[in-house]
Amino acid sequence: MSLQTEEKAPTMETNKGLNLKATELRLGLPGSESPERNNSEEKDGKSGYSHLVTSGAKRVFSDTINGGSGKWVFSGNAGSDGEVAQNGALFSPRGGAKILGGGGAESNIVKESVVSVPEKKKDQAAPHAAKTQVVGWPPIRSFRKNSMAINPPKNDSDAEEKLNSGCLYVKVSMDGAPYLRKVDLKTYSSYFELSSGLEKMFSCFTIGQCTSHGATARDGLSESRLVDLLHGSEYVLTYEDKDGDWMLVGDVPWNMFTETCKRMRIMKSCDATGLAPRAMEKCRNRN
Amino acid sequence: MDPSTKLTKEIEVLKQVLPLITSHKDRNSVSQVCKDFYHVERCSRTKVFIGNCYAVSPEMVARRFPNIRSVTLKGKPRFADFNLVPENWGADVHSWLVVFAEFYPFLEELRLKRMTVSDASLEFLATSFTEFRALSLSSCDGFSTDGLEAIATHCKALTELDIQENDIDDVSGDWLSCFPEDFASLEVLNFSSLNTDVSFDVLEDLVCRCKSLRVLKVNKNISLEQLQRLLVWTPQLIELGTGSFNQELVPRQFQMLESAFDNCKNLSTISGLWEATSQNLAALYPVSARLSFLNLSYANLQSSALAELLAHCSNLRRLWVLDTVEDKGLEAVGSCCPFLEELRVFPAGPFDQDMDYGVTESGLVAVSNGCRRLKYVLYFCMQMTNDAVATVVQNCPDFTHFRLCIMNPSQPDYLTNEPMDEAFGAVVKNCTNLERLSLSGLLTDLTFEYIGKYAKKLEILSVAFAGSSDLGMQQVLEGCPMLRKLEIRDCPFGDAALLSGLDKYESMRSLWMSTCNLTMTGCKELAKERPRLNVEVIKDEETDEETDKVYVYRSLAGPRSDAPPFVVSL
Repeated sequence: MSLQTEEKAPTMETNKGLNLKATELRLGLPGSESPERNNSEEKDGKSGYSHLVTSGAKRVFSDTINGGSGKWVFSGNAGSDGEVAQNGALFSPRGGAKILGGGGAESNIVKESVVSVPEKKKDQAAPHAAKTQVVGWPPIRSFRKNSMAINPPKNDSDAEEKLNSGCLYVKVSMDGAPYLRKVDLKTYSSYFELSSGLEKMFSCFTIGQCTSHGATARDGLSESRLVDLLHGSEYVLTYEDKDGDWMLVGDVPWNMFTETCKRMRIMKSCDATGLAPRAMEKCRNRN
Repeated sequence: MDPSTKLTKEIEVLKQVLPLITSHKDRNSVSQVCKDFYHVERCSRTKVFIGNCYAVSPEMVARRFPNIRSVTLKGKPRFADFNLVPENWGADVHSWLVVFAEFYPFLEELRLKRMTVSDASLEFLATSFTEFRALSLSSCDGFSTDGLEAIATHCKALTELDIQENDIDDVSGDWLSCFPEDFASLEVLNFSSLNTDVSFDVLEDLVCRCKSLRVLKVNKNISLEQLQRLLVWTPQLIELGTGSFNQELVPRQFQMLESAFDNCKNLSTISGLWEATSQNLAALYPVSARLSFLNLSYANLQSSALAELLAHCSNLRRLWVLDTVEDKGLEAVGSCCPFLEELRVFPAGPFDQDMDYGVTESGLVAVSNGCRRLKYVLYFCMQMTNDAVATVVQNCPDFTHFRLCIMNPSQPDYLTNEPMDEAFGAVVKNCTNLERLSLSGLLTDLTFEYIGKYAKKLEILSVAFAGSSDLGMQQVLEGCPMLRKLEIRDCPFGDAALLSGLDKYESMRSLWMSTCNLTMTGCKELAKERPRLNVEVIKDEETDEETDKVYVYRSLAGPRSDAPPFVVSL
């Protein structure tokens, strides 16, 4: 599947005990907004689109991503109120729909697709984060998206930072999985995030099944088992670089990795012997 | 005259006339007149267009049309372009090629869109058809430049190689060197979307030999200096795709470039122009007045640079730009290009955090004020108002294609905070020839009521993050008699809406619905009631939503036999 990796990630709460307040996802009832969210938007100063955000609370309800890096704002539909997930945690874009049950002809569904924002992005000085992204929106073909990523629109002093705009899709395959996935490397800023994202994406292959509503990902037990699988003896994460060589992920600095990674493969450890030494060699040769 | 003699005479006339009838729609009409007409038509058809590769089987095509020389095949649903269709979904061309090799050994042309094509298939193609002439691959995937090597090596009669925006493994540029040394028949060469270097010497030799070359689109690795050298050999060129356009030229080089362009008396289309600077764009001035299509969508131009260039392009009919030109640039479009029929404005940085440029409603209004003949617009913008759209369609009632993308999903009129219903209402009321419509912004069922009521010629509708209830979709299905393709994502349409189209879908090519409110019950009901439809559910393994993606299409070939495990035919 070529869905955005974290698009449906439950919340960052599942990540290992880091400060998650900044990136906590909330879903408010129609017309309400949590004060905290509003504050962080103002503080952020990144009001690029905030004047465009719908403010007609009586007609629509909207949700923005905490931490201010979310630019895509989703509005529910005008008119009737809808029921939303009571626990407030958004774990899938269809959470609302399921709770309402079938046949809700008059019901108002919130379509929320959110990306979990890497927690470092609160820091203004850091290169800007990936924006909240919905798969396939705005509807621009990959060729154009990738071209724009390489040729930043403005040649000003921020060109360096702006080089990070756009998407960088690479295919990820897993030994034994029936199909490939695609991830956008630009939405991660570290190996840790990449690894978490991949764990969530491929968890259902290793676990064997998905239980309903993303419970798989929220279920600490299955996650930690997958962590063991990926970090332990069963699987390793490898990538093919620009030269066509297969390397172990994690050996080079993150930025270098995103620049050279063409595709990734989650291999069984037993198949991955002999990779590590070559990776180190290459590093040495490069420097 | 007895009836059979009369019919024989009619058939004779038909046989004379048919070679002149090339449109597949017209031929389809002819074939429906009577059995005799059907048989005459089927034997004389040389070009076949298959809009959905799963609607019919290759054997069926071969049975009906024995003399095909040219095939156009389309595969995946359009939303595959935006990553909504999983990898390995299907639309593999190979089984088609196998049948063609048997029944159409003299096949000359193959045009594929959104199909999966492997290197092995390209090799098979290259070696199975001795008369093969023209290959066009657009938005395809599954092959690499190795496959292109096979084409270049084996297709001795090749006139067209058109590689557009595919998802391929760009291994090397060696494929170009695989054309034989005496090969000189190329008329169309487009490798603009490939990223690896080709040998310039080989390219130059090739271009020099191919005296009939009318379309040449190189990739951005070709420099301006190299382009100038190529142009010397191709004064007969009609369409040019340049490489990178930002090299700094000394005056002598610039003059040579300018004069090379000046020599191209037939040039009517220019694209490429990667990272073009306004100094270099001045080299186009000699040909600008002749241009009918200018594609600047890979040139990050500011408004002043665009205005300078457009001042010379008074005959432009089609223009593609990036939104870096902003509203001011669009004002220049309005004042310089009165004959403009098509405008596409693409976003330069839709995912940019600090995006403080882009176009707004005033840009579009400015264009509509100056370009009254506008028929086709694709507009990505940050904000829009109902009034602006109403003004635009009052200025330009001839729209056949109106595709508006307000980039924030479900965004209302930013001045009044109201839904954008009235905007699209104005579009469908004013533009009676509307064939294609793409919606965006905050929309209620009222938009769909307008569409159902007024858009009587609508053929293609794209909907995202819109609507309030099943009624919306229902009104479109009931009200648009010519609807062929309906693609919907993230809308609150459920089983009732789906089933309201029970009598409609067989007259359409396809329906796509993703992240709506469909359930398995509704989909199964549809499949049961309409066995001649293929109702396919694409399982989304992440959310365990069985019916997250549903694809419905008419088919004579029955359920797919090649469906991957995540595609379930109901």
